[in-house]
Amino acid sequence: MSEAMDITVTVNGEVFQKTIEPRLLLSDFIRHELNLSGTHVGCEHGVCGACTILFDGMPVRSCLMFAVQADGHEIRTVEDLGTMENLHPLQEAFQEAHALQCGFCTSGFLMSILPVLEGTTDLSEEDLKRAMEGNLCRCTGYQHIRDAVQLAAEKMSSGSES
Amino acid sequence: MKPAPFEYIAPTTVEEALGHLAEYGYDAKILAGGQSLIPMMNFRLAQPSVLVDLNKLAELSFIRSEKDGELRIGAMTRHFQVERDDLVAEHAPLIHEAMPKIATPQIRSRGTFGGSIAHADPAAELTTICVALDGRFRCQSARGERWVPAQDFFLGMFTSVLEPDEMLVEIAIPPMAPRTGWALEEAARRAHDFALVGVGAVVTLDAKDCCERARLVFFSVGDGPVEAVKATEMLIGKEVSPDLIRAAAEAVTDELDPSADIHASVQYRLHLARVLARRALEKAFARAAAPGTQAA
Amino acid sequence: MMAKLIGKRITRNEDPRLLTGQALFVDDVELPGMLHAAFLRSEYAHAKLKGIDLSAALERPGVVAAFTAEDMGDDWAPGPPLVIPPPTIEDVEFYTRTQVPLVKDKVRHAGEPLAIVIADSRYIAEDALDDIVVDLEPLDVVTNIERALEPDSPLVHDDLESNLAAHLVQEKGDYAAIRESADKVIKRRIVIERGIAGAMENRGIVASWDNKQQQLTVWDTTQSPIPIRNGLASMFGLSEHQVRVIAPFVGGGFGPKIMMFYPEEVLLTWSTLKMGKPIKWIEDRRENFYATTQERGQIHDVELALTNDGRILGMRDDFLHDTGAYDPYGLTIPLNTQCHALGPYDIPNFSSDLKVVFTNKTLTTPVRGAGRPQGVFVIERMLDIAAKELGIDRAEIRKRNYLPRDVFPYDNLIIDQAFSSFVIDSGDYLPAMEKALKLIDYEKFTQEEQPKLREEGRRVGIGVVSFIETTGVGPYEGARVTIESSGKVNTATGVGTQGQGHFTTFAQIVAEQLGVDVRDVHLVTGDTAQFHWGTGTFASRGAVVAANAVNAAASIVRGKVLKLASELLDTPEEELELEDGVVRVADIPTQFISLGDLAQRSNPLRGAVEPGTEPGLEATAYFGPKYGATAFGTHAMIVEVDPETMMVEIKRYIVVEDCGTVLNPLIVEGQLHGGVALGIGNSFYEKLVFDDNGQLLNASFADYLIPTAAEIPTIEIAHQVTPSPLNPLGSKGVGEAGAIPVPALFAQAVENALGVDGLEILESPLSPQRLFELFHGEEKDA
Repeated sequence: MSEAMDITVTVNGEVFQKTIEPRLLLSDFIRHELNLSGTHVGCEHGVCGACTILFDGMPVRSCLMFAVQADGHEIRTVEDLGTMENLHPLQEAFQEAHALQCGFCTSGFLMSILPVLEGTTDLSEEDLKRAMEGNLCRCTGYQHIRDAVQLAAEKMSSGSES
Repeated sequence: MKPAPFEYIAPTTVEEALGHLAEYGYDAKILAGGQSLIPMMNFRLAQPSVLVDLNKLAELSFIRSEKDGELRIGAMTRHFQVERDDLVAEHAPLIHEAMPKIATPQIRSRGTFGGSIAHADPAAELTTICVALDGRFRCQSARGERWVPAQDFFLGMFTSVLEPDEMLVEIAIPPMAPRTGWALEEAARRAHDFALVGVGAVVTLDAKDCCERARLVFFSVGDGPVEAVKATEMLIGKEVSPDLIRAAAEAVTDELDPSADIHASVQYRLHLARVLARRALEKAFARAAAPGTQAA
Repeated sequence: MMAKLIGKRITRNEDPRLLTGQALFVDDVELPGMLHAAFLRSEYAHAKLKGIDLSAALERPGVVAAFTAEDMGDDWAPGPPLVIPPPTIEDVEFYTRTQVPLVKDKVRHAGEPLAIVIADSRYIAEDALDDIVVDLEPLDVVTNIERALEPDSPLVHDDLESNLAAHLVQEKGDYAAIRESADKVIKRRIVIERGIAGAMENRGIVASWDNKQQQLTVWDTTQSPIPIRNGLASMFGLSEHQVRVIAPFVGGGFGPKIMMFYPEEVLLTWSTLKMGKPIKWIEDRRENFYATTQERGQIHDVELALTNDGRILGMRDDFLHDTGAYDPYGLTIPLNTQCHALGPYDIPNFSSDLKVVFTNKTLTTPVRGAGRPQGVFVIERMLDIAAKELGIDRAEIRKRNYLPRDVFPYDNLIIDQAFSSFVIDSGDYLPAMEKALKLIDYEKFTQEEQPKLREEGRRVGIGVVSFIETTGVGPYEGARVTIESSGKVNTATGVGTQGQGHFTTFAQIVAEQLGVDVRDVHLVTGDTAQFHWGTGTFASRGAVVAANAVNAAASIVRGKVLKLASELLDTPEEELELEDGVVRVADIPTQFISLGDLAQRSNPLRGAVEPGTEPGLEATAYFGPKYGATAFGTHAMIVEVDPETMMVEIKRYIVVEDCGTVLNPLIVEGQLHGGVALGIGNSFYEKLVFDDNGQLLNASFADYLIPTAAEIPTIEIAHQVTPSPLNPLGSKGVGEAGAIPVPALFAQAVENALGVDGLEILESPLSPQRLFELFHGEEKDA
C-alpha cells in the first residue's frame, strides 16, 4: 500500500526528479520538497486560493492535487515571475497600487491573474471579479487588487506593443 | 488536514481503468478532477484505499457533435474546456451559460464534466442541466456498456446508478428543437457558492406560440435534480402569459421537498424556488419567442 | 521641519520580498531533523476525560513521541492570565479561569487539545491521531449565554457557583432619575453573534531548543513576540536572554494572534525542551475554527431616554458577553463595548451592567474591532429607532447629539480597556458627517431617487452612521535607530507586523528625521533578539505608540548627527540640513559630509571616545501615551435588496475617516478597505453556527462565508485630520476603524431599503434567510 513513486516534474523551467508518497499534496511537494515556499497554504480544502499555481498553464489549487499527478507536467509558481530587483509588471503593479498587506494570499492572486492577463489585457469590471473570485484576501478588501490588475493590464499591453 | 494513505493507480486506457475497477470494486475510488474528492480526503472524511486516477485517459477528453446534432462530451473534459468551447455555446447554450457559475476559475481548470455528474451532488448545476436537456450518459464497465438517461441516473445524495466497477465515460446532449428557450436561475450567498436554490428551465413553443414542451429542473432542493412535472404540465398547449407563468411557478412547491441547513430554511427554499422558477420561465419563454431561436 | 515623507503615498519597502515569495513565514522555517506535531482535539464540547491510551499511536512507524496532560507532570499548569482587571475598578467580580495546555480533567469546548503527537511528518502525525483511544464521558453542554446564567445550567467550571465569569457595573450621572423625566424611553434587545478573524495564514509555531547553546528559539505567528518570550522564559525557568521569539512575516493577525498563551505555544516549547529536537506545528483550517479565538457574541438590553427633539438624556445598556470556555483576556472586549456605546455623543447619564459568561465554546479574545462594533451597533441602532419614533431625520438626530468640538479632552467618566478613565483626546464630528452626507448625496437620494425607485418596486436604501475608535493605548513601545557606516539606517522595534506596512511607515518617519531615502531604512520587527522591550501589535496602536517611539529615537539620532557634523564642518547646527543621506551646510552644496562617514567617525577604531559621550549614531527611545488617542469617522452606504430573493447588493460605500495625522495615505486606505470588508462579512456573511451540543456547523471556508471580490464594493474614502494632542506625530490608529461601524450601517441601510413599517433589525450578522423571516413575518402581521 501507498508505495513511494518516482516522478519527474518541470517547475519554473527546471526538471525535478523526486520519490514521493502518492498522498503527498502538490502544495506540500512544492513547498517542502522543492523548497519553493512562495506558494502558500491557507485552507487545504480548495476555497482560499492561496496555493494557486499554474499547472500546464492553467491556474489550479495545488492543495487539491496530489504530487504524483504532476508527473510529466509543467508547473509555474510565483518564483517564476520577477525577482526582488526586477519585478514582473504584475508584481510591480501590486506594489504600486498597494495590493497586498500581509502578503500571504498574494502569490495565489498573482498566479490566478497572470494567465488571465497573458490571455487578454482588455478586462471588463466583470472579467476582473471573475478572475479574482477564487481567491480570498482578508487584508485589502480587494479594491487595491482590482486597481493593481488594471494597472498591470496597462503595463502588460503597452509592454507587448513595444 | 492531510489525506490518509492510499494506493495510487493511473491507467492510461479506459480498458485498463475498467480492469482496476473490476478488481478493487468498493475499495477503489475514481479520481477525476478531484475538486470534490480531495477536499474530502484532506478532511479525512473520505479514506479510499485505492485511487484510480483517470487523468491520463486522453481518450475521454473531447467535445464533438454527431451527425444528428447531438453533442458529445467526454467525461474527463475539464470545465474550462467546456466553458470556452464554441460547439457547446452553439448546441447547448444552457450549459455554456452555466459554466462560469460552477465554483471558481481554479476549480474549473481541473474539475471535469463527467466528474461533476458522477459525484451526484444535489447542489450541482450540471446534473440538473443534463436532466433538463434530456441528456444521456454512457457508463462502461469491464462487463460492457450502457446508456442511461440523465433523469434515471441520479438515485440520491451523492449516489447514482453507477456500479462500483463502472464509470461514466461520455455525456450526450440531444439537439434543441426549434423555438426552444432556456434559462438558469440561482440564488447563492456569495457569487461562487453552491446555490441555496437553483433551477434550469427549457421550453419549446409551437407554431401557434403555445407551449409545446417545458422542463423545470431544480437543484439544492432535494437529494438530486428534482423536476417539477405537474407545474410544467400547466403550461403545455397553452398560450404563455405572465399570469400563467406565475401560476406554474407558484405550483412548483407542491413537488419539492427541500431540507433546511444553516443557510436556508425549508420555507425560504420553497419561496426561492417559486421566485426562481418564475424568473427562469420568463427568461426561457422570451428566448424561445425571440426571432432567430432555432435548432442547433 | 516641513514634512517631506510623512503623509506621502509611498509604496512599501516590504513588497518586493512578499511579491516574489521570498518573505519568511513560520511554515517556511525548515530545520535539520525537524519533527512535526499534530494535536488530538476533543470532538465533544463538554466531557469528562476518563483516559487516553497512546500506545497504538506510539507504535506507528514514524511516530517519535506522544504526550498527554499526565505526561507533563508538574509542568502542567493553566496559562497565565493576561489582562485581569485591577482592583482600581470598584466592586468588580472577576473569576480567572485560563486555558490549559492539554485537557486534564474535563473538556470545556470542542477542539480543546487532548494529546500531542510528534512524528517524522505531519501526515504520519495525523495518521497517529486516529490510533489514539480516548475515553470521554459527554456532559450536558451550555452554549447560550442567557441559558448559562440559569441556576440549573451545566457548569463550565465546576468549582464556580455559576457560569458568571465577571460582573461589573459602570455608572455615569443618574440614569434612573433622568429616565423618569424623559419625554421618550426606547427599549430594545439586541443580539450579536460570533465570527472568526479568518487570517489567511493559520497559526503556526516552530520551537527549537539548542542544548549546546542553551538557547530556545521559537518562530511564532504571534502579534506579541516579547510577551511570549517573557512568558515562555518564566514558565520554563529560562533567562529571557536564552529565549528568542521571532514573529517573522505573519499572514494576517486581526487580534487572535495576540492571545497568549495558546496551548500550542506551551506544548511545542515544552516538547522541544524535553526532546531536544526542533518541532513544527502548523494549524490547519479546521483547527483554526476550533482552536483560534473568536469574538462578538453579546446580548444587550438597551434603553435610550430622550427629549422630544431627539437629545439623548441617558442610556442604559445591560449586557451579557460570551467569553467561551476561559477568560484569559479579562474585560478588554466588553469594556470597549461599554465605551463605544457612548459613541461620539453627549450622553450625560449612563448605566451599564455587564456580565461576562462562560460557555462551552472556543474562547473569545479581541478580533479586529474588539467589542467596539457591538457598542457602535447598540447606540447607532437605538438612535435610528429614536429618529423614526420621534420623526427626526437619521443624520439630524446624530448631529444634535455630537459632543461639540470645544469640549476635548472629554472625560466620559467610565473606565476603559486600559483601566483608566475613558477620556477622548480630540474630535470634530460634525464636519465628518457633513462630508459623508455630501459625498453620498444624502439629500438627493432620500428626497428624489429613493421614492422614484420605490415606485418602480425597487428596494434601495441608504444608511449613515458615526463612530469613535479608541486607539493607541499604552503602556509603551520602544525603538532603536542606528545609522550604519554604509549610511543606511537600521531601525528595530519590539512590535510584530502582520501586514500593516510598518516597514514603510516607520521608515518614512526615520527617513524624514534623518534625510535619507525611505528605501535605505531597514526595519526589524518581531524579533526579541533585536529589541528587548515592548508589548505588541494590537488595539490599533502601531502607528501611534510604536511610530512615536521610532520618531523619538530618530530625533535623538538626528541630534547626534547634527552635533558631530557641526564640529566636523565647523558650522553651527542651525545652518545644517539633512538631505539625500548627507549633512550639508545650507546654501553651500559642496560643503557636506555623508551620514556613513559620520557613522564611521562616531565609532572610531583609533583614538578615544570622549568621556560622557557614546560611540555610534544610535539611540533607543520609548513612547508611552498618557491615554489612548480616539479616532472617529462617518460611514455611509446605499444598498439594494432584492425583495424576492433577499440578496443584498452594496451600491455605494463612503468612508470619512479622521485618524489624526495620516502617515501614509496609501496604507491608511488599505487598512480602511480591509476593515470595511471584514465589517461587511460581519454584517451579512460571517456567522459561526453552533448547535446545542457545542458543535460548530460551519467549520470550513465552504460553509463559513468570507466575502470575495464579488461581494466587496468600491469603497470611496475621504480624510479629515484632527491630530491627537497626545503624541508628537499627532497620529491615531486606523487598523480597526474600517470594521467598526459596518454592521450598524448595514442594518440601517437594509432596514431603510426594505422600508416596511415596524421592521426593525436588532441583530447582527444578518443573512438572506434572516431577512426573509423578518420581511415575511412583518407582512403576515400587516
